[in-house]
Amino acid sequence: MGLLKEIFSYGFMTRAFIVGGLVALCASLLGVILVLKRYSMIGDGLSHVGFGALSIAMVMNVAPLSIAVPVVVAAAFFLLRISENGKMKGDAAIGIISSSAIALGVTITALSSGMNADVYSYMFGSVLSMGREDVILSIILSIAVLTIFCLFYDKIFAITFDEAFAKATGTKVDFYNMLLAFLTAITIVVGMRIMGTMLISGLIIFPALSSMRIFRSFKSVMLSAAIISVCCFFIGIIISYAWAIPTGASIVLSNLGIFLIFVLLGKILGRD
Amino acid sequence: MGIQLSCENITIAYEKTIVVKNISFQIEQGDYMCILGENGAGKSTLLKGILGLVPLIDGTVLLEGNMKKIDIGYLPQQTQIQKDFPASVYEVVLSGCLNQKGKSFFYHAKEKERAEYNLKRLGIEGLKKKSYRNLSGGQQQRVLLARALCATDKIIFLDEPISGLDPVVTTEFYQLIEKINREDKISVVMISHDISTALKSANKILHIKKEESFFGTKAEYLKSDFGREFIQNIEK
Repeated sequence: MGLLKEIFSYGFMTRAFIVGGLVALCASLLGVILVLKRYSMIGDGLSHVGFGALSIAMVMNVAPLSIAVPVVVAAAFFLLRISENGKMKGDAAIGIISSSAIALGVTITALSSGMNADVYSYMFGSVLSMGREDVILSIILSIAVLTIFCLFYDKIFAITFDEAFAKATGTKVDFYNMLLAFLTAITIVVGMRIMGTMLISGLIIFPALSSMRIFRSFKSVMLSAAIISVCCFFIGIIISYAWAIPTGASIVLSNLGIFLIFVLLGKILGRD
Repeated sequence: MGIQLSCENITIAYEKTIVVKNISFQIEQGDYMCILGENGAGKSTLLKGILGLVPLIDGTVLLEGNMKKIDIGYLPQQTQIQKDFPASVYEVVLSGCLNQKGKSFFYHAKEKERAEYNLKRLGIEGLKKKSYRNLSGGQQQRVLLARALCATDKIIFLDEPISGLDPVVTTEFYQLIEKINREDKISVVMISHDISTALKSANKILHIKKEESFFGTKAEYLKSDFGREFIQNIEK
């Protein structure tokens, strides 16, 4: 209890709790969709693009989100297109783009200021990296993502379960796929400050996989993924504070713990 | 009986190879049309072209009378994604009502009743809360049929609905389709490998081959070279 009191006495920790909790919520909801659509790796690729964009923003000395948001949204549309067209295999395209973006980001940083603590925190996550303006923008963005997601929930279910049926019966599938790519991009940009480039995809994939081990209807999977994600975030950030571990790492590890427990529970309940 | 759908000279290419060439036909209300043809003749591609899932390089698909895009029901082939998809039967069936609810964001009582009605209609109301991925193949097809019926009262397209089902389940499924066609006057357009059922239930046949195709009533088909040759091959 004393630890919690101590944590909330710091302004930056309170801010991290609010933004992180919201992002964890967004990431888990979108994560269920991305995992089911076999797009898990798009999240990973986008976070690498985000790293490149943040590095450039740092060199140009402008607000990080003002560059990262448009760049990552553009990358999301592009990756979605590639995955749909299938000329180049989607996973290979993601591999190329993400490693190029990291290389570009590291090169630019090394040439300008040298590798420093900022780069480290972008890689593995830090609660210290967010300024007041960033926090406000992050909160607005995550609430927008949550609202749009809830409003279009029924349509998102239909296109995830069966894109061909949805399209044939008159749903604007391309539009909703773009919308999903857009929401994913925003969630990743906002979340990667806390989670870090290397670890944000864990926030997207883990809660979905954990809850699919136990739950069988779409709505229950969604709800449980959201609860798991927010709980793991809080556990992770407290551990991170107590033992001075990078935030992203402790959050992913607590997600891994929950996942293993759910795998075991699934086996016991016979839900394979 | 009015014309619901007319297709003129449909041609579809896949990576620059023409897979469907110059297909024309009309569907009238209450028709039961089977699409026949060998593997690779382009049956599924044709169906996808009609439904706007793949682009046409030539030809037109016209919805006639009071038909709209949202009046179409479709039972596609199962995808890999669906096999391990966590969704209840009710969620899947209700998703068929998506375009009946107009601009509203959420489902209303009317759509929920429609989903319940179609569950009963196909005798699967007992599965309502079950998980889709744990059902047998025949039950899954019934669920997808119920979803398609939520989407339409007018015309339903089926892409080899019985592949992978055992003979008993297949017969039951065909009876359901026939009932929907006879009693509810919903037009049926079905791709099928099973010529005996096609000839029993259908009133129109579209038989496609690489270079040419046949479209006409069942009686015309049986008299044509197309039909005679095909049936002879099967009897061998």
